[in-house]
Amino acid sequence: MEYFLQQLINGLTLGSIYGLIAIGYTMVYGIIGMINFAHGDVFMVGAFLALIAFLMLVALGVTAVPLALFLVLLIAMALTALYGWTVERMAYRPLRHSFRLAPLISAIGMSIVLQNYVQIVQGARVKPLPPLIQGGYTLLDRNGFAVGLSNVQIAIVVITLALMLVFSWLVANTRLGRDMRACEQDLKMASLVGVDIDRTISLTFVIGAALAAVAGIMDLLYYGVIDFYIGFVAGVKAFTAAVLGGIGSLPGAMVGGLLIGLIETFWSAYFSIEYKDVAAFSVLVIVLIFLPTGILGRPEIEKV
Amino acid sequence: MSAASAPAAEAVQGSEPLLGLRGVKAFYGSIIALKGVDIDVYDGEIVALIGANGAGKSTLMMTIFGNPRAREGRIVFAGRDITDLPTHEIAHLRIAQAPEGRRIFARMSVLENLQMGATTAEPTHFAEDLERMFALFPRLQERLHQRGGTLSGGEQQMLAIARALMARPRLLLLDEPSLGLAPVLVKQIFDAIRQLNRREKLTVFLVEQNAFHALKLANRGYVMVNGLITLTGTGRELLARPEVRSAYLEGGRA
Repeated sequence: MEYFLQQLINGLTLGSIYGLIAIGYTMVYGIIGMINFAHGDVFMVGAFLALIAFLMLVALGVTAVPLALFLVLLIAMALTALYGWTVERMAYRPLRHSFRLAPLISAIGMSIVLQNYVQIVQGARVKPLPPLIQGGYTLLDRNGFAVGLSNVQIAIVVITLALMLVFSWLVANTRLGRDMRACEQDLKMASLVGVDIDRTISLTFVIGAALAAVAGIMDLLYYGVIDFYIGFVAGVKAFTAAVLGGIGSLPGAMVGGLLIGLIETFWSAYFSIEYKDVAAFSVLVIVLIFLPTGILGRPEIEKV
Repeated sequence: MSAASAPAAEAVQGSEPLLGLRGVKAFYGSIIALKGVDIDVYDGEIVALIGANGAGKSTLMMTIFGNPRAREGRIVFAGRDITDLPTHEIAHLRIAQAPEGRRIFARMSVLENLQMGATTAEPTHFAEDLERMFALFPRLQERLHQRGGTLSGGEQQMLAIARALMARPRLLLLDEPSLGLAPVLVKQIFDAIRQLNRREKLTVFLVEQNAFHALKLANRGYVMVNGLITLTGTGRELLARPEVRSAYLEGGRA
């Protein structure tokens, strides 16, 4: 029981990170129908930008952890958003009217470019960050097994929940959110009523990248080490999460993220940690075969 | 009667048409859809474009909005060349369209669809315009918070027209507003169009297969065959033409 509870906490934390990344996949898919395979690497870039920002703030003498964290969040989100915008502008927009596979291939290329770029500029070795948020709570202590809830985990889950609430509100209630939904449902009609669809698509990439940056910061704080390759595995898992939840569906991405985090954690805890990736990707295969629209996705049927 | 720029019967017109197309050619890939179309729509008119399936009528409506773009020829709106403007900028010049297939945002409420229609309008008169739409189509008020995709065909058509009107357009483009609707609904929608034209001096350019209703409603009409305008004249004149009657009204040979 104690062990289960501990894994539940760990799984929710991991799932939060996946969920934030999955939003970027699902939004872009919803609006232009492509899988942005470079999104995982944008997440990785976000983690690196956060690390650099931390080190610069420390060098500048900003040592108060809450202030530093807040500034890092802002800096990393803004700069990663710029990356997201640039990726769309350079690699996808010129191919908007090309054949369907073209942007997908270009996305894989962009993913390789980002990985190699960071590898060259930052080196191939893992980069450590000393734990910034320390401490935590012991929830239970029985039979010599203590169930811990660290402050980092609390921060990750709370920030994720807050961001998802803000973001859902934005999509449901603001002009920009409405434009995004209109583009998602019918790009041509959206342009006919006067929505600048290029701008809306750009903003979708910007928001997706900013959320991925937050996930990158969380990953950095949680594990304490990053390297140029973290984007690949995390990206594919978040993609799996988006598919599991129903690609194109925002709540689906959040639910899918949490589920993948839980599945992976429980698999590692009860079966085999070596095969945790197999567990996550088996889910992808099973979902695609038996439930291709995902948990909250909808079949492509429209009333005419 | 034969020239493309035949004078409008009743419309108040200066020398410049509100919308003018000159030699417009458009393609889908390498397939030509419009083979050099000349059309004028003057301020305050209702102009109908009739023709068979696949004649290029809907393509023409979309070409006015730059999608597909006219590869040759010029499109002028209110004295401004809009041939190469991006679609959303054309919408900002206050041309609105209720397009082929209605294209309601299916997973948005009726209210949100109307808000989308008001994208280019001043937010200050949104409430007032909404009231006008309710007066025109009371059904929309009843359905305000229902999803667009759950409306009936007639309601969707009303919503498509109301959404276009929310932009306070100077020119309203209607693509087959009567398609798939019961006769009583067709009458209701055509009455609404007539009312908008009379009371608010709204200029309307509509595409129809339902030639009889369209030509009765319109001041002037154009007949399109295979991407070319073959006939033009007042609505009444066209209705009387034997070739129009046989092709579009009596179900005879094309």
